[in-house]
Amino acid sequence: MKLYCLSGHPTLPCNVLKFKSTTIMLDCGLDMTSTLNFLPLPLVQSPRLSNLPGWSLKDGNAFLDKELKECSGHVFVDSVPEFCLPETELIDLSTVDVILISNYHCMMALPYITEHTGFTGTVYATEPSVQIGRLLMEELVNFIERVPKAQSASLWKNKDIQRLLPSPLKDAVEVSTWRRCYTMQEVNSALSKIQLVGYSQKIELFGAVQVTPLSSGYALGSSNWSIQSHYEKVSYVSGSSLLTTHPQPMDQASLKNSDVLILTGLTQIPTANPDSMVGEFCSNLSLTVRNGGNVLVPCYPSGVIYDLLECLYQYIDSAGLSSIPFYFISPVANSSLEFSQIFAEWLCHNKQTKVYLPEPPFPHAELIQTNKLKHYPSIHGDFSNDFRQPCVVFTGHPSLRFGDVVHFMELWGKSSLNTVIFTEPDFSYLEALAPYQPLAMKCIYCPIDTRLNFIQVSKLLKEVQPLHVVCPEQYTQPPPAQSHRIDLMIDCQPPAMSYRRAEVLALPFKRRYEKIEIMPELADSLVPMEIKPGVSLATVSAVLHTKDNKHILQPPPRPAQPTGGKKRKRASDDIPDCKVLKPLLSGSIPVEQFVQTLEKHGFSDIKVEDTAKGHIVLLQEAETLIQIEEDSTHIICDNDEMLRVRLRDLVLKFLQKF
Amino acid sequence: MDPECSRLLPALCAVLADPRQPVADDTCLEKLLDWFTAVTEAGSSLLLLQENPCLVELLFHVLKSQDLSSRILSFSLRLAGIFAAQENCFQYLQQGELLPMLFGEVGPLGGAAWTAPAVRSGWIQGLRTLAQHPSALHFLAACGAVDTIFSLQGDPSLFVASAAGQLLVHILDLAMRGPAEGRRSLQACDWPACAQKIVGHIEDSLCSTAIPQVTQALSVLTTAFGHCHGLWTQGLWVRLSPLVARLLEKDPVPASHSLVDLLLSVARSAPSSDRGLWETLAQTLSHLSPTQAGPLALGILKLQDCPQVLRTQAFGILLQPLACVLEAAAQAPGPPGLLEGAAGDSMTVDTLLSSKSACVGLLCCALAHLGLLQPLPQRPSPWPQAPLLGAAVTILRLCSGSAAPTSDVGGRLCAILVGCGRVQRAALDFLGALSQGTGPQELVTQVFSVLLEYLVSPESSSMVLKKAFQATLRWLLSSPKTPGCCDLDPHTQLFLTELLPVLQKRLCSPCWEVRDSGLEFLTQMTRHWGGQAGFRQALLASEVPELTKQLLRDPESYVRASAVTATGQLSSWGLCASPECPGAQQESLLVELLHILSTDSEGFPRRAVMQVFTEWLRDGHADVAEDAERFVAGVLQAASRDLDWEVRAQGLELALVFLEQLLGQRGSHCPYAEALPETAPPGVLAQALQVLCRVQLFEFAFRALFDCDRPVAQKSCDLLLFLRAKAAPCGGPQEAGDSPNVASVEATLQRWQAGEQGQPLGYLEPGAVVALLRSVDLEGLRDTLAESSDHVEKSPQSLLQDMLAAVGVLGENEADCY
Repeated sequence: MKLYCLSGHPTLPCNVLKFKSTTIMLDCGLDMTSTLNFLPLPLVQSPRLSNLPGWSLKDGNAFLDKELKECSGHVFVDSVPEFCLPETELIDLSTVDVILISNYHCMMALPYITEHTGFTGTVYATEPSVQIGRLLMEELVNFIERVPKAQSASLWKNKDIQRLLPSPLKDAVEVSTWRRCYTMQEVNSALSKIQLVGYSQKIELFGAVQVTPLSSGYALGSSNWSIQSHYEKVSYVSGSSLLTTHPQPMDQASLKNSDVLILTGLTQIPTANPDSMVGEFCSNLSLTVRNGGNVLVPCYPSGVIYDLLECLYQYIDSAGLSSIPFYFISPVANSSLEFSQIFAEWLCHNKQTKVYLPEPPFPHAELIQTNKLKHYPSIHGDFSNDFRQPCVVFTGHPSLRFGDVVHFMELWGKSSLNTVIFTEPDFSYLEALAPYQPLAMKCIYCPIDTRLNFIQVSKLLKEVQPLHVVCPEQYTQPPPAQSHRIDLMIDCQPPAMSYRRAEVLALPFKRRYEKIEIMPELADSLVPMEIKPGVSLATVSAVLHTKDNKHILQPPPRPAQPTGGKKRKRASDDIPDCKVLKPLLSGSIPVEQFVQTLEKHGFSDIKVEDTAKGHIVLLQEAETLIQIEEDSTHIICDNDEMLRVRLRDLVLKFLQKF
Repeated sequence: MDPECSRLLPALCAVLADPRQPVADDTCLEKLLDWFTAVTEAGSSLLLLQENPCLVELLFHVLKSQDLSSRILSFSLRLAGIFAAQENCFQYLQQGELLPMLFGEVGPLGGAAWTAPAVRSGWIQGLRTLAQHPSALHFLAACGAVDTIFSLQGDPSLFVASAAGQLLVHILDLAMRGPAEGRRSLQACDWPACAQKIVGHIEDSLCSTAIPQVTQALSVLTTAFGHCHGLWTQGLWVRLSPLVARLLEKDPVPASHSLVDLLLSVARSAPSSDRGLWETLAQTLSHLSPTQAGPLALGILKLQDCPQVLRTQAFGILLQPLACVLEAAAQAPGPPGLLEGAAGDSMTVDTLLSSKSACVGLLCCALAHLGLLQPLPQRPSPWPQAPLLGAAVTILRLCSGSAAPTSDVGGRLCAILVGCGRVQRAALDFLGALSQGTGPQELVTQVFSVLLEYLVSPESSSMVLKKAFQATLRWLLSSPKTPGCCDLDPHTQLFLTELLPVLQKRLCSPCWEVRDSGLEFLTQMTRHWGGQAGFRQALLASEVPELTKQLLRDPESYVRASAVTATGQLSSWGLCASPECPGAQQESLLVELLHILSTDSEGFPRRAVMQVFTEWLRDGHADVAEDAERFVAGVLQAASRDLDWEVRAQGLELALVFLEQLLGQRGSHCPYAEALPETAPPGVLAQALQVLCRVQLFEFAFRALFDCDRPVAQKSCDLLLFLRAKAAPCGGPQEAGDSPNVASVEATLQRWQAGEQGQPLGYLEPGAVVALLRSVDLEGLRDTLAESSDHVEKSPQSLLQDMLAAVGVLGENEADCY
């Protein structure tokens, strides 16, 4: 059993598991932090961005000034943003049988895999994951396609040139594999390969293993996966949460008795408690708006935003913010808000019961009804007519490199009354802000990550007790910036096995058993013999038939009908015409009685020696040696076959045969 | 006993003895016992029993009856105890063999009723009351009660077990206290048999291997040393201390909590020359685990006379956990830590690292103990202020994760403590307590920086934040003033500029507790520093005053109340006004507070408004002083309609301030001062009365006089008495008293007194007011109000009537049920 690690990002995993005869890809997350190296794509012509000076080498050589621009001491690539794909060379991806998707954030690389690697298998995911994943992809494509950029930079990727660049471009990894965003066509084609599944549904893969999605409590339709054969179980934990937010709670019980537990997708900000962060978010939002400033919240169109809107629903009246407009701007804003209301079966119990009242499960419906929350596909069109300040705007993309957020950063960045509040933990806010420097607006970092923290993981591991834990290497040591925080790492026994990008791990357990079915007629023919109380044995002669990873013992083919036509009495006579089988022996030889028997049969001068494993009986006169051990008996005599057979028969007297 | 009660008593005894009659409740029985105690204390019990034979009959009947409730049985045992406390009455009851039947083996002790804890408790309490004289001791010995008490020490009911222990101490004390006490030697062999028996039992228990037995013995001894002050206790200690010392040889030390209690109890009562005792204490300190030794160390340090060596040892125990933390978190071997020369004790380190709960428990106890010790005069000297500050700061940093210890122990401590709210709260409390002392500037800077870290951190829970605010306030207020300058010192000024943005954010928190503690902090800070230019400047440059005003409309009533107090305080110092149009701002605040007073649905904000208004009036707030008459009229009108009695009472407080401003101070605030308030000159008085009539203060005060809430009525009574004293020279009684106006007002007042308060009083002339003040019996009213509200119903007669009425023995049920 092997694990191929195609992504080094602990929360955007992409691993391939070879288990029995199957090849299973676990998630295909897309690392978008590469886009931070690029200049933002402004929706409206930005004189500031277009007039940034080109970058030149220390010696004044300016051959890269078209590709690289300098802004407040940082260098950015002036090109269409590109993404860092999972490894495609480590394993032939056309051999992948299935892809299991855990949540909508972990499927963003799907079109790259399904459309360009010869993949012919099936993708399994829950309905909300697919629908919301589609929205995220649609938004991404839309953000990038609606700002066409003629220029494509590739010179800087040359290894010799990259070395000369300043950080972080110099240290960017695998730049040659970075790719532009996929198209909508590719998205549709990729999504068409998905088969929808429900929680706890058992899916047979070629008869070899059974995979089951389990609720993980992190997002709508998010799942962990259990992958099991008859005798082995691998659990894959990705993006789970034990907090009470909108999704169904995490199913922990089904993770028990795993031989291996692959643990990914823990919180990216283990020191920030989501509740405190929500409080911080509200305080800062209120403070800004009360002072007449605007608040910008760069976010994804689904996920935490539902919970934030719910908190604000409770908070705005009490904080006297009822008259402040809240805008949600995304090409998929409408669908996202509506989708969330229809996935009742995937919601937590409280929200499910609301549906039967009937009431919308999320209170953002009421915010929309009362005009407190308005949503628009983009800043163009209706929004520009309705726009009132001060206001709060939720919009993407959290990287601040594309999407409507770029426009608001340009618009509001100059005033210290305004605030940008980062709630998504995927991007370093300082790096995200770099191309907007110098910036007067206030920046608040309140990352809200509801995924498991290390205390919760340690409780979970104690609860489910897997034999082995496998996780990204980042989880096996304290964060580099806080090396004394030994509480911020996985602590389990035996220590977790860690992996890094482009590594192949041999998982630390061997398969020992395989289940074989036995045909009824064959079973009928067996005659078990009780060897010792409770243990019976029978010999089987059969043909092993293997198809679709199922093994069946069938009665052996009948021999050719003898011409004589003798009538058979018993089924057991139906033995194929093969070698006569020697009977199997069992039992032990009592040395004293054996010696007596030898004496009775005329052997004299017998000596017995005890050895570590048994006894040696020496027939000194006959120059013969009988070595009796637990599972073997040897008779050593010099070329006297007669004597050997005699002695053998004496030994056999003490053993049972069947 | 008054005749009426004597008349009712037989019927009551019959009811009590009748199992078919349910007795009202336990409270009635308790009150009845209280009454009998009072009666027997005032006179002869013997006489009481002879005059009321029904009582003895009741006791006999109780013994015979099989199906009486356990409550009645318990009551009877206690009643018999009360009677038998007097020796002659004891003899009287003995003659009838009643006492052995009640308390001996033939009584409830052997029966089914004994299973009820109430009966066992009654039995003990009865004996406890009874055991007051030598005859009682003989009786106890004769009926074998002491053995029963021994067994009751382990009773499943904790009340019974504890009472049994106390009874043993009482008997021991009684036996030892006798006439021979002075002469009695400290040699135990001379002691009376009863005492010998009890002490023997304690000795056996101390040697027992069963921990509950040891605990019982230790707690009996603790009570004995705590409550008995005879010389004999010294003898007892001489006899038992070797056994107690032997407990220390066991590992772990059994019943360590009780042992600590005992040793402290002995130490408090023993003479300071007892070297053996100090040795035992020192030995105990070194034998107990760090967690167990903490309370003993604190107790030792609180003792008045105690050898210095022992005090040093005890202080070392308290400091040990903090010393370990300091050592573990130190980046490099720095200056000498808390305990010179002594590295972190390995046992303490082991405890700290053994588990989260042990670590948290030990640190919290150490911090709390040191915090308690800090303000005491007998605290150890020199007090290691600087290392303690360092330790508190380090612990807070470990808890917030901002410390970066390099040692292995430090790393593990950090992992245990990070995010631990309990330790954070304890450390902040301790840090606040340390503000009473000084420290090197570098450390003080660290203190402010860690406090700011906590105030800023989103991870601080609301309780931690509250403590952080409190500690910050204490440190700010204790910060030194620059010599020769009345303004804040530069460090504090700098801190303020960092603090105010944080406060601003906290005032916007979605958690109401946080907003509330932020406002409280602001109020306190303004109260102390409202006049400091630096503070004023920083505050006015921030959004804090504006945000505070916005919180007057907060959905949470506690926050509204705090916002009212804070804005009131800010306004008093002229910190509410925006520079552009100060007048308009202020007026709107007054209007806004009046609006809250008349419309807020919750009591807290309205009470706060009344307090602010009273303060404003007292301090001569500019906007109030402008037209105080209109202000008072408006406030009193709003307060008079208020449903909350505290608002009405505060209204009277405000009225009194107004009166004092018009007529001069009350002579003395001391209620026992004999001097009456000085009378006001007639001219001033006449004018003042005119004003008071115009603001309708009298309507408010007279209405309050008949308020259904007693404190309001009392306050009003005091106010009117004060006014009457001031108005003494104003005209003769008959001048206005006969006018029709006064008569109708008196009629209205009578109706008000009867509860019909609908009708208004109408406008009163000053003359009519003076007449009214004289005609109303204010002194009488004051005396009535001074009685507790149930004084009528508290009489024993009423009690007996109630109990009888409850079972329908009395014809009509007239009595109040309570």
